Formats: sequence, structure tokens, C-alpha cells
Amino acid sequence: MIVAEQKPIRELVEMVKDFQKILVLGCKGCVTVCNVGGAKEVGVLASALRIWGRKTGRDLQVGEHTLERQCDPEYIEELRGIVGEYDAVISIACGVGPQFVSERYPTARVFPGVNTKFMGGAVAHGIWSERCAGCGQCVVHYFGGLCPIARCSKSLMNGPCGGSADGRCEIHKEVECIWDTIVRKMTEQGRLNELIEFKPPKSWTTARDGGPRSMIREELVK
Amino acid sequence: MSEFKSGSNLEKVLKAGHFAFTGECGPPQGANLEVLKEKARHLKGCVDAVNVTDNQTAVVRMSSWAASLVLIQEGLEPNYQMVCRDRNRLAMQSDILGAYAHGIRNMLCLSGDHQKFGNHPESKNVFDIDSMQLIHMVKEMRDQGVFLNGQEIDEAPRMFIGAASNPFADPFEFRVHRLAKKVAAGADFIQTQCIYNMPKFKEFMKQAVDMGLTEKCYLLAGVTPMKSVGMARYMATQVPGMDVPDELIKRLKGAGKGKVAEEGIKFALEQIEEFREMEGVAGVHLMAIEWEHRVPEIAERAGMLPRPQI
Repeated sequence: MIVAEQKPIRELVEMVKDFQKILVLGCKGCVTVCNVGGAKEVGVLASALRIWGRKTGRDLQVGEHTLERQCDPEYIEELRGIVGEYDAVISIACGVGPQFVSERYPTARVFPGVNTKFMGGAVAHGIWSERCAGCGQCVVHYFGGLCPIARCSKSLMNGPCGGSADGRCEIHKEVECIWDTIVRKMTEQGRLNELIEFKPPKSWTTARDGGPRSMIREELVK
Repeated sequence: MSEFKSGSNLEKVLKAGHFAFTGECGPPQGANLEVLKEKARHLKGCVDAVNVTDNQTAVVRMSSWAASLVLIQEGLEPNYQMVCRDRNRLAMQSDILGAYAHGIRNMLCLSGDHQKFGNHPESKNVFDIDSMQLIHMVKEMRDQGVFLNGQEIDEAPRMFIGAASNPFADPFEFRVHRLAKKVAAGADFIQTQCIYNMPKFKEFMKQAVDMGLTEKCYLLAGVTPMKSVGMARYMATQVPGMDVPDELIKRLKGAGKGKVAEEGIKFALEQIEEFREMEGVAGVHLMAIEWEHRVPEIAERAGMLPRPQI
């Protein structure tokens, strides 16, 4: 899933301090799963804004709405007749949400309520971890099913750097050295020889380096 | 075609079978050439080549190729370091062409410390290619005369290709394999991380010798004399992938006030003595960090002088 975290309330009120009618817009997709942008969080943020409004003597009207997904025009359409009622929209979907809303409703003032962090998953309750860098050419099968592009601090493809110590990355003791794990796993599987093969430079044309990406599947295009 | 790959002094010294002795020089954090020339004066005549670091520990310094050119002007041979952190394949190849065109003949290919450690931690890193791929790229540029994209080069840069090896990083079992990969990718010589744990290094060297790696490349053992107990403690706890045994720290402490630096040099000299006899070790890489003025004395006491003239 796409993992996000809420922006500090101080930053949010600074964004919307000049507006009176504010819509807090949630998403039932990834951000609901990572407990940052679903219906529950819409309610919490809306309450916080109302309290801030009262404390600062503002006559705020804060609306709440949660879409099935904010990354799909079909659901964004649901906001027709709603967005116009507000001076500002705070989308607490990932970075896709505020953009889909902005693109569909050109006059709306849309603000991001969360910081989109990475593609990953929950490794324990309340702990999320990055797994994918979206490079566009998946190579995890070469590395015991683990991705050094996303998970090595230097995206090394040919083994651990000299900063690996006790299974930890040189940048921080809390960061796993994924190469340590890859080497252990491949050794256990009797496949160390595969890691000894030289991996040539990667083509980044399919990654963000190749320019903003889009995808067309002809059979689905109406 | 010359019998040499690049014809650098370092290559000639190693190929002639001499025990090589290389030094290191960090470019200044500014455009002050006097600082650099001062360091060069200390190293001149004491070493076969001088490593010129590339934004070491991710701190901005004068570019390694520019500082390398200054060393050439001062009559020293540079070993031009390049890290993968700050440049993509376009910038790397163009810098290699420029460096070669101006007389640089040795190159050390490195991953580079993460920028988190440096003085611009907010920067974006590159890591377009990794150190292994860099080694291979420089080799292909030299031996096949082609850029990474296969396009022919109009006068190919002919570098004596170096790589680093850290026998003390984890996972230890993989370290010799990573060295083997670097040799297969095209490394002509290897300079190791600073060695303090001699038993562990011997174990590593035995593996390297057994695998025949020291027949295929020249391995230079890394030595950094400890200047103080504080430095030893810092290296032990703060530098990733560094292995400083407690006994060494105790030994330095035991030297007493005002004598720690001398004890550090003594330890380094004992190491050099041992490396000279160690199978597979072709030389020593002395990284006297901000201690260049002590290099002549260390070289003299280690019996490294005079350096061979080839």
C-alpha cells in the first residue's frame, strides 16, 4: 500500500487560516489501511479544526466526506455539488488524491493533509516499512525476493557496501542492511553463486528518471 | 600496445614486484591551494601514488580531479577517487575523460559514504551505478574503447583501476566474494579499509589467497596510525565497518601522556612489517588522516625509502 502520515496540525491550520468553509476529504484506500486518511481520521481532523476555530475566534464550518478512492475519477465525481460549497478542501489521501480533486474541480483550493511516505506495508502493528521504489522493472527475484533498489540506502546491486555492521545499515542502527539479509537468505537457499554474478547497470528509463510515467492498456481503453 | 594498462607509476612499481606504498590526501574545504601543496610537499618522494579523496565522508571539498591535477603539477602521482553518490553515468564518464586527458592514470572506484554523514545531509543522492558497475565501466572504456552505452570513444582513457575492500564489514563470509567480484569486474588493484584487527585480516587474506585473487590483482593493506586514544575510540564506535580491538585501545592508553601518538606509529610500523611478509599483500596504503607531515618519518622508519624509480 501507499503509506502516509498526517501533517502536523500547526502546518494544516497555517494552510487554511484564511478560509471559513473547509471540507476534510478522506479516502477508503491505502490511507485507511495505514490509519491516516480514512473516515475515522476525517472525523478526528475535522474536530481538531473546529476546536482550533473556536479557540482562535473563527466562525469555521468544517465538512466531512470520505470517498471510496481518491485515485479514481468515478469516485471524484461524487464531489460534484459538494466541493463548490467550500472555500478549501483538505485531502487526506496520498499525494494522488489532492491532484485528482484539483484536476476535476479547477476552481477548488485543495490542500494536502498528509505527507505521502512510501510504498510498503505494516511489519508490526503501528510500524510500516518501505518495500518498493516503483522503478518499473522488478528485479527482486535476483535477490532472494528482496529489493536492494528500495531497501539498500545506496541501491547497490552487487553486494553490501563497507558500512554494513551486525546486519545494520551505516546510515542508522535502526535501518536493516538488506544486503546482509539477502546474503544470509541466498546462502541458506544454496544460491550464493547467483549473488557472485555481476549485475550490470540498471536502466532507469522505466523509473521516474525516464520522466513522468503513464500506462495505457489498449484492451481496457473505451 | 604497451605492456602496461595505464603506465602509471603505481602500476609500474607493482608490476616490477616492489612492495608498493601509497598515501592519501584530502582536498581542502575551499579553494586554498596552499593547504593542498603543503600536504603534497610532505608526501613527495615518500609514496608511489597519492589517493585524492572525493568529497570524503560526504563533506564538500575541492573536486578530486582538480586536486589530482594540482598533485601532478607538484610532481606527485594521484590516485583519483570517484564515488557513486554524487554523479550519474554521464558525469562520471565525462570526468574520467577529462581526468585522463590531463594526465591522471590511476582511479579508485567507490560507492561513497551516505550523504547523511556529511555536511549536506539534505542533498539528493545519485547511485545511478554502483562501485562494481563503475569498475566495469572504467575497464570497458579502457579495454574496449567504448562508453557504457557501447558507443566508441575517440581516444579511450586508460586507467589503472583500483577498488576498495573492507574485510571488517559484515557479512564477513561474503567479503571475499565481493572482492572476487571486484577483481572479475576489472579491478587491477585493491586498497583495503584501515586494518587494526590483524587476526581477522589474516583470515581474510587466507581466503583471498586460496581463491587465487591475489594472483589476479595487487592488494594493498590499509594502515591509519592512531593519533590519540580519542581517535581510537571514535574509530571503534562511530565509523561504520571499522574494527578496532580493545587491546589496541588499552595499549594506546598504557603508553601514557604525550606518548600515545608514538605508540600509534609503533603499532602501524609493526603492522607494515607484518604485511611485508604476508602472502598476497603487495603493498601498504597509508591513510595518515590530517597527519601528512608525519608520513616521511613513518616511511623512513618502515624502511620504505627510497621509493623505486621506474
